[in-house]
Amino acid sequence: MDRVKDLASKKAAVIFTKSSCCMCHSITQLFYELGASPAVHELDNDPYGRQMEWALRSLGCNPSVPAVFIGGKFVGSSKDVISLHVDGSLKQMLMDAKAIWF
Amino acid sequence: MPEASRVDSFCLSDFDQSVGNHLENAVELNGNPVNNLLKVSSQTISPGPVHLGTSDRLPTSVDKGQFTYLEDRLSLLAQKVRSTNQVIIPSGDTENQEGSVMADGSPRTDISTDADTDEKNQRFDGGQSLAVGGSDSSDRSKDKTDQKTLRRLAQNREAARKSRLRKKAYVQQLESSRLKLTQLEQELQRARQQGIFISSSGDQAHSMSGNGAMAFDVEYARWLEEQNRQINELRAAVNSHASDTELRMIIDGVLAHYDEIFRLKGTAAKADVFHLLSGMWKTPAERCFLWLGGFRSSELLKLLVNQLEPLTEQQLVGITNLQQSSQQAEDALSQGMEALQQSLSETLSSGSLGSSGSSGNVANYMGQMAMAMGKLGTLEGFIRQADNLRQQTLQQMHRILTTRQSARALLAIHDYFSRLRALSSLWLARPRD
Repeated sequence: MDRVKDLASKKAAVIFTKSSCCMCHSITQLFYELGASPAVHELDNDPYGRQMEWALRSLGCNPSVPAVFIGGKFVGSSKDVISLHVDGSLKQMLMDAKAIWF
Repeated sequence: MPEASRVDSFCLSDFDQSVGNHLENAVELNGNPVNNLLKVSSQTISPGPVHLGTSDRLPTSVDKGQFTYLEDRLSLLAQKVRSTNQVIIPSGDTENQEGSVMADGSPRTDISTDADTDEKNQRFDGGQSLAVGGSDSSDRSKDKTDQKTLRRLAQNREAARKSRLRKKAYVQQLESSRLKLTQLEQELQRARQQGIFISSSGDQAHSMSGNGAMAFDVEYARWLEEQNRQINELRAAVNSHASDTELRMIIDGVLAHYDEIFRLKGTAAKADVFHLLSGMWKTPAERCFLWLGGFRSSELLKLLVNQLEPLTEQQLVGITNLQQSSQQAEDALSQGMEALQQSLSETLSSGSLGSSGSSGNVANYMGQMAMAMGKLGTLEGFIRQADNLRQQTLQQMHRILTTRQSARALLAIHDYFSRLRALSSLWLARPRD
C-alpha cells in the first residue's frame, strides 16, 4: 500500500496496469487522447506487484487493474473512469491536478 | 358456323391435352390459373395430332374447384381464339381468313397478359386494316366484317386488360402472404425458443449453459414489447401537452427500463458473450451499426442534435461535449479490443514448430490455450464497459436537457431504432428472383 500511494503521488495522473490487460490499454489510450501523460506502472513487471494488487483491491478496485489515481487520489477502475468522463468530471479532475490545461 | 365449331373442338381438345400435361406439373398451374392457361394456349394452337383429352389424364392432386375453374377459362379462351383468328391473316379475303386458322402458327394467337399486350393488339389492328384493305369482298360484307372485327378487337383488349388487373391483384396478394409468412416464421422461432427454454428449465446447469442466448432473446423480446408500451404512453403524454411532472414520471420509467436491458445484457454476457457480440439478437439492419454488442452513443447524439432544437447555448455545449466524450470513450474501448485481438492471435500463432520434445510441445500448447482462454474471458469486460458507456450517455443527456426535450429525445431514439427494425422486416420479406 505504501508503494502504491508513493507511486500515485509522483505524478498528476497515475495508472496501475498489467501488461496482459487490454482494458488497461483502453483507459491508458483515453488519457493520452485527453492530453494527459499518465505514469503507467505494470504490476506484473514490478517486484512488489502482488502486494500492490492486493492493496488496490483493498481500496475497492475491482478488477484490480486498471487502477487510476489523479492528483494522488484514488479515482477507480475502468467503469468509474468512463462514467466520470461522460459527465465531464474526469476532464475537470485532470485540469485541477494540472495533468491537462484545457 | 362450321369453321367456328371446327376451331372450337380443335382448340378445346388441344387445350385438354396440354392442360393434362401441364397439370402433372402441379406447381406451375397451382399458381395463377389465368397466366398458366394463357401459357398453355400459346403452346397448343398449332397443328398436330389431336388427342381427346380425358379427365383421367389429370393427376388426382388437382383440386376439383380449380379444375372447374380451368374448364371455364378454357371455354372463354376458345372464344378469344375464335375472335382473334378471324383478324390476323394479312392477305386474302374474308373466306380465306376464316379458313386459314388451322394452318396458322402459335405466336399470333398468344393472348399474353404482359405489358406488350397493347402492342400486340396494335399489331392485330395493323393486321386487321391490312386484311380489310386487301379484301376484294363487296362493300356491304366488308362493313359487316369491320363491325364484327372491331367488336372482337374491343373484346380482346378488354379481356387483356382484365387479365392484367387480375395478375396485379394476384401478385399483391402473393406479396402480402409472403410478408405474413415471414412474420409467422419469426413468431414460430420465438415461440420455439420459449418452448425449449421452458422444457429444459428443470435441469438448471444445463439450461444456463445451453440456453444463455435463447433466454436472452426471449427476455429482449419482452423488453421490446414493454418499451413500445412505455414509448406510446410517452408519445400520448407529449401530444396531449401533459405537465412536466407527469412527463418526468414517464421518462423516469423509460430510463429505468433502459437500465433493465443493460442489466439483462450483463447477465447474458456472463452466459454467452459471443451471442451478444454477434448481434444476432438484433435485426439485420440494426446489426449494420453494431459496435461492441450494441449501438454507438456518439452516433445517436449526432442524430439527436438536429431534432432537439431549440437548444440554449449551454445545452448545445453540453451535448457537443457529451458527443465528444462518448466518441473518445468509444475509440478507447475499440483500441482495447484491437489490442485484445492482436494479443489473442499472437498467442495462438506462436507455435513451437521446433524440435523440442513432445511433452514440451504439449505443455506449450496447453499453456497457450490457457492464455487464450484468459483473454477471451476479458471480452465480457469490454461489453460491460460498452454498455456502461451507453447507459451513462443516456443519463447525462437527460441531465442536460429539459423535461420536454428529454421526452422528445427518447421518442426520437425509439423511432430511429423502430425504423431500423421495420427496414429489417421489409428486407427479409423482399421478393427474390
